[in-house]
Amino acid sequence: MSTTYELTHLQALEAESIHIIREVAAEFERPVLLFSGGKDSVVMLHLALRAFAPAKLPFPIMHVDTGHNFPEVMEFRDRTVDEYGLRLIVASVQEAIDAGKLTEEKGPRASRNLLQTVPLLEAIEGHKFDAVFGGGRRDEEKARAKERVFSHRDEFGQWDPKNQRPELWRLYNGRHHIGEHMRVFPISNWTEMDIWQYLGENDIDIPTIYFAHEREVFDRDGMQMSVSPYLEQIEGEDPYRATVRYRTVGDMTCTAAVASPASNIDDIIAEVAAARITERGASRADDRRSEAAMEDRKKEGYF
Amino acid sequence: MELLRLATAGSVDDGKSTLIGRLLYDTKTIFEDQLESVERTSEARGEEYVNLALLTDGLRAEREQGITIDVAYRYFATPKRKFILGDTPGHIQYTRNMVTGASTADLAIVLVDARHGVIEQTKRHAFLASLLRVPHVVLAVNKMDLVDYDQAVFDEIKDDFRSFASKLDVTDLTFIPVSALKGDNVVNRSANMPWYEGTSLLHHLEEVHIASDRNLIDARFPVQYVIRPMAEAYHDYRGYAGTIAGGTFKPGDEVVVLPSGFTSTISHIETPQGEVGEAFPPMSVVIRLTDDIDISRGDMIARPANQPTVTQDLDAMICWMDERTTLTERKKLAIKHTTRSARALVKDLQYRLDVNTLHRDEHATELKLNEIGRVQLRTTVPMFVDEYRRNRTTGSFILVDEGSNSTVGAGMILGEAK
Repeated sequence: MSTTYELTHLQALEAESIHIIREVAAEFERPVLLFSGGKDSVVMLHLALRAFAPAKLPFPIMHVDTGHNFPEVMEFRDRTVDEYGLRLIVASVQEAIDAGKLTEEKGPRASRNLLQTVPLLEAIEGHKFDAVFGGGRRDEEKARAKERVFSHRDEFGQWDPKNQRPELWRLYNGRHHIGEHMRVFPISNWTEMDIWQYLGENDIDIPTIYFAHEREVFDRDGMQMSVSPYLEQIEGEDPYRATVRYRTVGDMTCTAAVASPASNIDDIIAEVAAARITERGASRADDRRSEAAMEDRKKEGYF
Repeated sequence: MELLRLATAGSVDDGKSTLIGRLLYDTKTIFEDQLESVERTSEARGEEYVNLALLTDGLRAEREQGITIDVAYRYFATPKRKFILGDTPGHIQYTRNMVTGASTADLAIVLVDARHGVIEQTKRHAFLASLLRVPHVVLAVNKMDLVDYDQAVFDEIKDDFRSFASKLDVTDLTFIPVSALKGDNVVNRSANMPWYEGTSLLHHLEEVHIASDRNLIDARFPVQYVIRPMAEAYHDYRGYAGTIAGGTFKPGDEVVVLPSGFTSTISHIETPQGEVGEAFPPMSVVIRLTDDIDISRGDMIARPANQPTVTQDLDAMICWMDERTTLTERKKLAIKHTTRSARALVKDLQYRLDVNTLHRDEHATELKLNEIGRVQLRTTVPMFVDEYRRNRTTGSFILVDEGSNSTVGAGMILGEAK
């Protein structure tokens, strides 16, 4: 590497992400890193740990908890917090429902996915966070493809896609008024493939549900949903056992499994390389509500 | 695998979306569900063929109005390279978007319609690519199928463009005749143009040499963040984190810290993969020194015999990017240059440049949205700068409106103002 002065694409992406993370730590008073336990937030967390090593992470992490999580992911979250001595903040959808701030959706297609915005924004306001790291990638969804690395949110947490600041060179503009905040996406330029290659190359631990396992599932809208207490089955949706894995990790009500025998990262990389459907297209019911579902959610303050 | 960042310039009429669509499609980057969604929308709108622009136009307003509002980033890969493509819209806010897309690009593709040849827009695109010092420019002469793959048409456009480009600072210029619609010379060399001896566009993107585009001579390290673990195990640890902006650094190198002027020696260079014997741009590293000296964010580490210019007076080309305000003399703005933030006063607007004719209007009193001019600035504190043509990182800055906090200007440093 040193003789030709070349970086691999993963080293170049890693360097860019670390630069962004350090920029935030230097310029903001109270950053926080959103951590769902999904692979993208795992990579983002590792980049952040590397950005400040050997010092500890200079900000807390936050999990927006729908209460409908995969148990394997919760176990992974808590293990990660212990391993790296992190400070964890939980923003709870259940608590917001109990306090009467939110109303649960009804029926078999009910999901708490949309309900995450309220506890997220309340936690940001309550803790006075001025920078919130998110693991969004531009390749995963078309509204995200147009979002800045430093994405401004007004005092209501809203995103205004038509009024974004130009972002040039490596010069990020984090200036904001009191009460506003910045969403920061350090892995904007990573693709799904980059994430898997990086996890593999660096031997980074991820939740077990990303690998093939046997699970009780049922078919809905052409997707395989996991049987769980949080998801009501409609007549005809008969459960069966199948070997599946997850390509993305949201909560149990909106994340579908894919049939796959991939049991290690190399298998997954081969599968991703051959995939003809996007990861969100294959496994996210939350995006299917309308063509601009993600943009609409983002405008209101969603991830 | 190396990473190449490219920007595309051109309007829908030049077949830019078709070209991008083809690059994505032929590198198997478009997924079935994306294509289906685009096909559905195209059909619902009564469009005759699949409108690949819908792949990149993700925002509701863009889809409703059939326009591209913003720079869209697309990603594709071949076994040789990974590509990040910044697609800049042709009509709306053109200059602002292209300047943004070009600022990080290793290569710019400027599209020309073979039937129309070099037009005003082509010149504007080429000028912006040269202003932003994009190291490699490709002039893709598209729609060759509509001019019967005629070599004479291609040669004439080539000569035309060359004579204009000679006035610009373009270091590496390549001409490729293509038909994005039919696929000629996009991924594979075309059998329809045996007279063309060059490579296909994708092959060029895979092979163009970018490693020496960086400045590996002038060692520059803007200190971004100071790492002090405050833990027993690292009692005396003090590391300076940042991204190498120029040159190379090795343990044992004697360095000078600006603005203090103190000198010291590098003891360690740490990266995410552990310690290294040499660091170069754009690595993000932690540098440790043998001496305990006072260094903070915004300071610059360089070599005693090769230092940046230390000045409060900047001579720069500025592209104004704000629609609500203009740049005028005596205006005060916030400036961010590398990791250093300060305030700046506009002392003099020397001229406004017409991006189509390159004419200099020395009577101009303001720069409006999408206008470019030569400006003298005075900053509140000294900045550590190089000419933009020598170093795109230490030669660039942004201007921010202190009221709205918007990024309102992009600056490229020509030198110290006299």
